This record gives sequence, C-alpha cells and structure tokens, in this order.
Amino acid sequence: MEMLEQEMPFVAPQQAKSAQLKAAAKLESAAGARRKEHALAYLFLAPSLLIFGIFLFYPLLKSVYLSLHLTDPRGRVAEFVGLSNYKNLLGSTAFWNSLKVTALFTLLTVPAGIALGLIAASLTYSSLRFMRLFRFVFSLPLAISVSTASVIWMMLFHPTLGMFNYFLAAAGLSPVQWLTDPTYALLSVAAMTVWMHSGFNFIVLLSGLQGISQDIYDSAKIDGSGPFRTFVRIIVPLLSPTVFFLVIVSVIGAFQSFGQIHILTKGGPAGSTEVFVYSIYKEAFMNYQFGTGSAMALVLFAIILILTVIQFTVLEKKVHYQ
Amino acid sequence: MTASRAFHAAIAYALLAVLAALIAYPLLYTLLSVFLTPAEASKFPPQLFPTSLYLGNVTAVLKLIPIERFIANSFLIAVIITAGQVLTGAMGSYAFAYMRFPFKPFWFALFLSTMMIPWEVTIIPNYLTVKQWGWLDSYQGLTVPFLASAFGVFLLRQFFLQLPRELFEAARIDGCGHIRHFLNIVVPLSRPALATLAVYVFLQSWNMYLWPLLITSSDTMRTVQIGISMLQFQENTDWNLVLSGVAVVLLPSLLLLVLGLKQLVRGITAGAVKG
Repeated sequence: MEMLEQEMPFVAPQQAKSAQLKAAAKLESAAGARRKEHALAYLFLAPSLLIFGIFLFYPLLKSVYLSLHLTDPRGRVAEFVGLSNYKNLLGSTAFWNSLKVTALFTLLTVPAGIALGLIAASLTYSSLRFMRLFRFVFSLPLAISVSTASVIWMMLFHPTLGMFNYFLAAAGLSPVQWLTDPTYALLSVAAMTVWMHSGFNFIVLLSGLQGISQDIYDSAKIDGSGPFRTFVRIIVPLLSPTVFFLVIVSVIGAFQSFGQIHILTKGGPAGSTEVFVYSIYKEAFMNYQFGTGSAMALVLFAIILILTVIQFTVLEKKVHYQ
Repeated sequence: MTASRAFHAAIAYALLAVLAALIAYPLLYTLLSVFLTPAEASKFPPQLFPTSLYLGNVTAVLKLIPIERFIANSFLIAVIITAGQVLTGAMGSYAFAYMRFPFKPFWFALFLSTMMIPWEVTIIPNYLTVKQWGWLDSYQGLTVPFLASAFGVFLLRQFFLQLPRELFEAARIDGCGHIRHFLNIVVPLSRPALATLAVYVFLQSWNMYLWPLLITSSDTMRTVQIGISMLQFQENTDWNLVLSGVAVVLLPSLLLLVLGLKQLVRGITAGAVKG
C-alpha cells in the first residue's frame, strides 16, 4: 500500500492555491465557507471513524487492558495481575510450540506458493494460444473460501475413502495418515494452503510481469538472450518489488491462518499443527482465558507490526525498481 | 530455429497442462462427485466419472442441512457489508481527495494505521462488545464491525485523484457544492473503481470464517462457510453428499469469479493486503 502512497502526493497545495484566489475575491464569506467545508469533511469521515474507533482502536486498547488482568469465564475482569500473563506465556511450552509451528507453516507455504505462482505466471505470460484459458484455470482458487477448500481436501485426505491414498495404492505405495500422523499433518495442511492461495499469488505475479515494459523483452531478444536467461537475469530482478510484496503479504497471511487448521486438524495431532491464531482461539474461546488470550493477540500484533515495518524499510531501499 | 521454438512451445504446453490439472483437480473432483449415484460412490476402486446427470445428492443435501438459508444469510451479510464499505469508503476518500480540513495528515495517518491492526488481534474485545450489546447470533453483529475499511478509502482515493481536476474547478464555478459534486460527478465517474471495491469486499465477506464461527450459534443465523464445514461432522453422511453441499456453495463464488475477474484482479493488484 505504501508504494501507492508515494505516487499520490497530497492535493493540499493545489487546493490551497485555489483557496487563495477565492479568498481574494470574496474575503468576507470565505471564512464561513471554509468552516462549512471543514464540518462537511468531518461528516464524510465520521462513519469510517466511528467503525474504526469502536471495532479497531478501542479493542486494541482493551486488549492491552485485558492482557494485564485475569478474567472470569464471562469475560469480566477479576484481578489485576500486571505482566504475569506475559511471563506465564514466555514460560509455557505451548506458546513456543505454536510460534514454532507457525514459523514452520510459513516456511512450508510461502516459498512453495510463490515458486508455484511464478512458474504459472511466467508460463501463461506468452503469446502462445489458449493462454486465456490457462489464466482462468490458475485464478480459479481465488473463488474458493477457506472452509470449502478445507472440506474438499478433507475428503481427498480421507485415510480410506480419499483419493490421495487411492493414488498411492495404485502406485504400489502404502497409505499415509495425512491428517493424523504428526509427521505429515502440517505438511498436508500446508499443501492445501498452497493450493488455496495459488490463485492470489498467480494474479499478483502475472500483473507484475505485465507491468514490465515490452521493450525490455525485445532488447533482451535482440541481444541474443534465450527465454530462460532472460527470465533469470532480467525478469526476476525487475519483478523483485512484486515478489517482495507477495512475501510479506504471504508471511502475514500465514501468521493469520486459522480456518484450515480449525476444520482439518483442530491443532492436532499432539499440537503439531497448532498455529498461533488457533492458540489464541483455544485460549480465549475454549478455555475462556481472555487475559492470556489478549496477551497472545498482542504478541501477534507485535510480530505483524515488525513485518510491516520491515516491508516499509526494505521496499524503500533494497528492492530493484525499474 | 522453428524446430527449437516448437520444442519450447511443447515443453510450455506440457508444463501448463500438468499445472492446470493439479490446480483444477480438487475442483473437478468436487463437481464430478455431485453426480455420482450412491452405488457409484461406494464402489472400489473409486469411480472417477459419473455416468449420468444424477441430482439426488443435491436434493438430499438440501434436505439434510438448510443450505438455502445459509446461502441467503451469507448473501445478505455480504451485500450489507459491501454496500456499507462502498459508501463509507467513497465518503472518506472524497474528503481526503477533495476537501480541506484541519489535521488532514493526522487523520490520513490514522486511517493508514488501521491497516496494520490485524482483525485477529481485536477479536477478543470485539466478541465481548458484541456480546454485551446482545448482538450475538444477529445480522448486526455479523455486519456492523465491517462496514468501513481503510482499504476501500485508499483504493477509491487513488481513483478520485486521477479524475480530471478541471471538472472540479468547473463545477465549483457553476456553484456546485461538495455534496452535489460528490453525488453527480465523482460517484458516476468512479463506477469502475466502485465495482472493483464491491467485488473484492463481497468475496471477502462471503468467505469470512472466524467471526461468524464465534458469534453465530443457531441454524437460522449460520453463514454458508460455517454451515458447510459442519456438514462433515454429521454422522453417517456420505462423502459425496458432503461434496455436493460444497459444490452448491461454490457455484455462486465461481459465478462471481467468472463475471468479476477483471474487477477482482484490479482490486488485488491495488494492494489488497488485509483479510
């Protein structure tokens, strides 16, 4: 988003200039008109501000407040405990496990997802025939929600009825307990997540490719560069802002994953798929510990904030722009 | 030269076909399962292709859970949220694009900062608020928290700023105030941007999972996403019946994708980050 911000300077100077002209024309009514404009502007912003205030800013402060307290099962504050919720969190193995699982889940989904998107986007970015059809197929997962995707894959993963084990058996391999074996569960959920996000990644990378000027391809061709070399040496560097954007968005998305875990594994077996948001959900809405739940939510907020700051600073400096 | 080009094209097509098959397989599997008769579904090795356009599964699943009610709920909720975000977004971005008011940079930064607060972080206090207001299991509870988004404001502001400035000056000289300028000039000219935002928000609201899971508890308020995930937990449900339910739910979103892919792509590439 901040990429866009740089391209959009404030319009205030222009407006100020026209305001000066106007002020010279009718000095006496200008103050009244301006006051009216101010009031109208705030009226236009009011609905958004009201929603943000009640459902974003107030909850953020309330989270801080709750995280310093113990609560009863109805969410009422029972006792001030200072930072002990945070201390308990840092000392709990479940907390570190869910951080580890989330990090692992991120590593399993983000690079694979971007690689897949990059391959699909670069293959369909050509003048060959039927590309519109392939582009449509690759963007199909965009329409699929986390719950429909999870239910479909639940059927595919089914130990006896599922197609994956059928294919394994047909290939002469022994069946796999996709979702109940601790060594496979996270991998299985990750595979399904890569599929679910592939439409989004494809669209972002394809439009990144389309944003690169045709002249660059042409001059690379004239210089005798083959398609593979052109891709690795020229296109990939030029695509780096898009890829970087996608990395950050995907990492943040991975830290926010919940639905597929809730439907497919419920965090199990033995906590091997218990990602961070699922832990928050469990703590707050199954154990009714709103205090520690809020402390965990704020840790998530801090992590995502750090990722966003990295995005801001790195995107400014390190990434190659055309 | 031509031989090597044909060779490249053959490799490209082969890769494309494999990838497309991988991506499309779960969907094809779902759609084909709908038409399997109970006898065909229980065969082993599994039958991959149905032999007839059997619709018994669809009627059976409609009888099993109130899918049409879930779809109606999701549709209503998505429409309300979409209308709300388009309206609040258009108003907010008009103020930032065309109006002068004190502390504008501050308010702009405040709007920007809301994009850094993930919804999951605020979910506990929001749940408590909605519960306190008696909004659990209600349309208000499902829609009101989502009626405004900073993303909408930024997307539309970007577009508003690209409209020719002369139109604004001319309207001003003709004595056209902000409200008329907004309603009669800016909104009609911005229809593509409004459509982009609408398709994007609609799909996002249609696909919401965690919030409806938390605050709905009765069958009459369930959204489609929660309803469908519950289907698999029902005892003695045939697997192809579950997939038929999924297919019924998938059709509206697939239709929306076919009709609104262009708008959706525009929305995503504008930097759709949150959600």
